[in-house]
Amino acid sequence: MVERVLRAPAQYWMLIMMWVRSSMAYPASFVLMLCSSMVLTVMDFVAIVLMFSHISSFGGFSLAEMALLYATASMTLGIADLFTGSIERVGERVRTGAFDAYLIRPVPAFVQAAADGFALRRIGRPLQAGIVLVFALNRLDVDWTVARGIMLLVSMIAGSVIFAAIFVLGAAFQFVSVDSAELANSFTYGGQAMTQYPLVVFGQQIVRAVTFVVPIAFVNYYPVLYVLGKPAPLGLPSWIGLLSPLVAAVMVALASLAWRAGLRRYRSTGS
Amino acid sequence: MGVYWAIAVRSFRRFSTYRIATASGAFTNSVFGFIMCGIYLTLWHERPGLGGYDAADALTFVWLQQGLLMPVGIWGATTTGELGERVRSGEIAVDLYRPTHLLLWWLSVDLGRALFQLLVRGGIPLLVGALVFDLKFPSGLLAWLAVAVGVFLAILVSFGIRYLVALSGFWITDTRGMEQLALVLSTFFSGMILPLVVFPGWIGGFARATPWAATMQVPIDIWLGRNPGGTGSALLFQLGWVAVLLLGAQVVTSVATRKVVIQGG
Repeated sequence: MVERVLRAPAQYWMLIMMWVRSSMAYPASFVLMLCSSMVLTVMDFVAIVLMFSHISSFGGFSLAEMALLYATASMTLGIADLFTGSIERVGERVRTGAFDAYLIRPVPAFVQAAADGFALRRIGRPLQAGIVLVFALNRLDVDWTVARGIMLLVSMIAGSVIFAAIFVLGAAFQFVSVDSAELANSFTYGGQAMTQYPLVVFGQQIVRAVTFVVPIAFVNYYPVLYVLGKPAPLGLPSWIGLLSPLVAAVMVALASLAWRAGLRRYRSTGS
Repeated sequence: MGVYWAIAVRSFRRFSTYRIATASGAFTNSVFGFIMCGIYLTLWHERPGLGGYDAADALTFVWLQQGLLMPVGIWGATTTGELGERVRSGEIAVDLYRPTHLLLWWLSVDLGRALFQLLVRGGIPLLVGALVFDLKFPSGLLAWLAVAVGVFLAILVSFGIRYLVALSGFWITDTRGMEQLALVLSTFFSGMILPLVVFPGWIGGFARATPWAATMQVPIDIWLGRNPGGTGSALLFQLGWVAVLLLGAQVVTSVATRKVVIQGG
């Protein structure tokens, strides 16, 4: 078991490099797809900039602060989507019976499902988020300390892990209901759409839901509040943002249990 | 005529078989509806009357936007996606020796799909939105009729664009770039990322003149009764783009089919 887990990263790397090589076979096409992926995913930030042609603050956030929220939300989802996004196609594989192939190869089914069809062009989303992040950090008036810098970096890793766990949970649910791929989108892309904005604008109930039920508030909102020195909502302590790695660990545990349960439930198609 | 009706009916039935996928799609539309409502309420709270909309207009915009997204095919639709695939793979040859008109065949397929998605993917989010928020509805038979015509024309405009993109495969081998470009333009200029009334200055004016405006912003303005030049001019604007696009589609069809070479024997 331990040996299997230790071998998994190398196996994953091998599989994704294969897909990278295949996408690099047509470099011009790849560059075009990468650019269009960046343009498409930056649209939400364009919407925010257009809004700020009429307003100067959104829910108490300035444009630079909104840019930081947007960048962290888009970056974390982008990284999660890059590394585990392919797993949402698992329902399709269950329906066609192609999932069988995963089970007979000497690599864990999870690694194969996550690496299958790895699309390097998806790096467009984190790339544009990185550009917005540089813009935000330049414009922000924050008293930077080493602790705050490390905290922002760690929270982005933890946030990516939380989104990745949600991708896996959505995929695990497809073992139960093969056609429900879009359901997970509510939580991943919907979550990203929400976390681009100060969550308090959605009301107290929603803040509670995204703190205690689907904890996407820990992806970037609480850490960003901490970095900007803004108070947390619901009377929560201001250091709550520091808990995001812990939340990420819990989500990984849940996702792993769900995936195993789904895998046990899998029955191949047949006539 | 009968054959095209039959195609549309079968296309409607085909899409109605994906029940769980449809339900989870409608759920996702509703979740995004709530998210957008939170954003727009804040925006219109900061700037009341922005773009000539009041808060109720903005909320209604959200639910109509979510409801029209799939039926109109702002991000493309299965039907025209399949057409593009058939052009790429050469299966289009089968379509060409059917004793039907290529454009009308695929238009019928698309209309059947659109009607089903309008009822379910359009109806469910609108119902959810109307239960939670105080939305605006057209008043009077004439207003409803205008909305129906506006939505129908929006689907025709969107079909025209998608059909041309799919047929570009006759000239370009890798149409993915074209599809991505169409996706970017449609997302930006249809009012999907933000109502076009909020776009400032000349960008706003330009966006409102594009065919993409006719696919989402204009039918929603007809519903709200907020089109700057009145409902009549909104319908004429849509009709103009329908004429241009479908005429263009017809010309492209006849040119494209003349250059088809079928391999094999």
